[in-house]
Amino acid sequence: MPSTIPLVSPARLDSLVADYQRVIRRRRRQSLLVLAVLAVLTVLAARIGEVDPSNLFDNISNFTSYFGRIMPKLGTAHFFADVADWYWNATGWLKLLIDTLLIAYLATLLGAGGALLMAPLAAANLAPNAAIRWTAKRIFEFCRTVPDLVFALMFVSAFGLGPLAGILAIGIHSFGTLGKLFTEAIENIDMKPVEGVRATGSNFVESARFGVFPQIMSTVASYALLRFEINVRSGSIVGLVGAGGIGQDLFVAIRKFYYTDVSAILLMIIICVIVIDLATERLRHQLSGQGARS
Amino acid sequence: MNPLLGANSEQAAAILDRHRHLFEASARARTRGFVVSFGIAAFTVFSVWWLAIPFNEILRGLTALAKFITLMFPPSSGGHLDLLLKAMGETLAIAFLGTLIATIFAFPLSFLAASNTTLHPLVRFTVRRFFDVIRSIDALIWALVFVGVVGLGPFAGILAIAVSDTGALGKLFSEAIESADEKGRVSVLASGGTDFAAVRFGLLPQILPIIAGQILYFIESNVRSATIIGIVGAGGIGLQLSEQIRTYDFDQVAFAVIMILITVAIIDWISDRLRFAIIGRRAVT
Repeated sequence: MPSTIPLVSPARLDSLVADYQRVIRRRRRQSLLVLAVLAVLTVLAARIGEVDPSNLFDNISNFTSYFGRIMPKLGTAHFFADVADWYWNATGWLKLLIDTLLIAYLATLLGAGGALLMAPLAAANLAPNAAIRWTAKRIFEFCRTVPDLVFALMFVSAFGLGPLAGILAIGIHSFGTLGKLFTEAIENIDMKPVEGVRATGSNFVESARFGVFPQIMSTVASYALLRFEINVRSGSIVGLVGAGGIGQDLFVAIRKFYYTDVSAILLMIIICVIVIDLATERLRHQLSGQGARS
Repeated sequence: MNPLLGANSEQAAAILDRHRHLFEASARARTRGFVVSFGIAAFTVFSVWWLAIPFNEILRGLTALAKFITLMFPPSSGGHLDLLLKAMGETLAIAFLGTLIATIFAFPLSFLAASNTTLHPLVRFTVRRFFDVIRSIDALIWALVFVGVVGLGPFAGILAIAVSDTGALGKLFSEAIESADEKGRVSVLASGGTDFAAVRFGLLPQILPIIAGQILYFIESNVRSATIIGIVGAGGIGLQLSEQIRTYDFDQVAFAVIMILITVAIIDWISDRLRFAIIGRRAVT
């Protein structure tokens, strides 16, 4: 059966091709412009940042030899003795690692609890008035923008050396980041249950408790777990300023060139972080599965 | 007595009683809720005990903090405004270049780490573990290492951010590649395109807006992390900030913090605009 393919007239085709090429040209111009801006910014940043690739290439041997030096000397002949030698302070480091985890746990709890209480005040659909909303948002912003180490330094001066300063510093930082996320979660809820609760004459606290929280709880738990993961990393470095955890020993080992100690502590941190990552990922998937079902 | 129920209150109570299961959570859900909250509380008590939190120190610490805060006003640059501005510029440069270099390394590697574009499952596994390892070491520790390699200064900070973010960005990019729609690639292959063309025309247009958004977000968050990297001497405003806290010059601390807040707000605003422009374009095409 003969079939006819409808043909486009040459004149129409020409105009279509011209249109197409115009669009392509415009897109190319845009890409070139973006690239040019990027190039200018890169050169500028490289000048300010004192970038010196030759310095890097001259000293890259330091970098590789550093990794060579921190490698433990493990022989097959006395393997277990070598490992024991490498991890000479295993119990001490293990205790500090547990400290780090607990600092992260308490900080997450503190931050998430505080953020959950304050987020309804910052959410557009719940805030009693614009002034309170603005204030709550600025407080969250302040807490997440000031780096946790700066808080840690101040708290170490105020509360003395130890984990308390680390917990408070990481907790305040988590409060800021989680506050923003919880606020967004609340802004995305279905308002009908809240209206229902309000219709029974509830006040602000009651409508938040019975209308809002049941809807956001699984999101909140998932964000809090994600934050815990990040806080384990932060908990491993606040020790640098004396705020508890394994960071202190790592810092001392790096500064005093106890090479094999560096690799021993780093390996412990890496394994711990990866295990926590995998575990919380599992938990989060379970939580999101539940959220989808209910 | 509730006036609405009136004389029929007994009936109403009976109806309520019959449908009690609608109002109350199941026994299983209640036990689970109880176990979870009890577990959290018990673990908190254990943590407080293990870490030996000194509660008697808290009051003293709070008074000290209150004193610090009164010392912060009025904020003052301490006559080092040019120094602070230069340090802030360094911070921005570290965040920008660090993220850029990380992107350059992470982008090609992420294809190897994505299950649909990798060469071999073993390659994927290796690259993923590589990302995991360098990601688990905080940028601050990389900064310590790089200060030893290239000396004090912002260059060490750039390298530190670049290395630690190669892991983070690589993971995110590979997830973006994996979640991309396969149809684009398949249709390019079906029309006789090479593997490279399939990735270039079938995959990249889908993931570029996502990746661009992630890069912007990372520049934003790196401005925040670059403010502290100076504590170990790797450039940026962190050096001044930590010195001022150690010497109790809290008026200058307040000034530096305000500078950081303003800078971060500006960067957030710009990147919000850019992100909107990118996503807007994706919605159009």
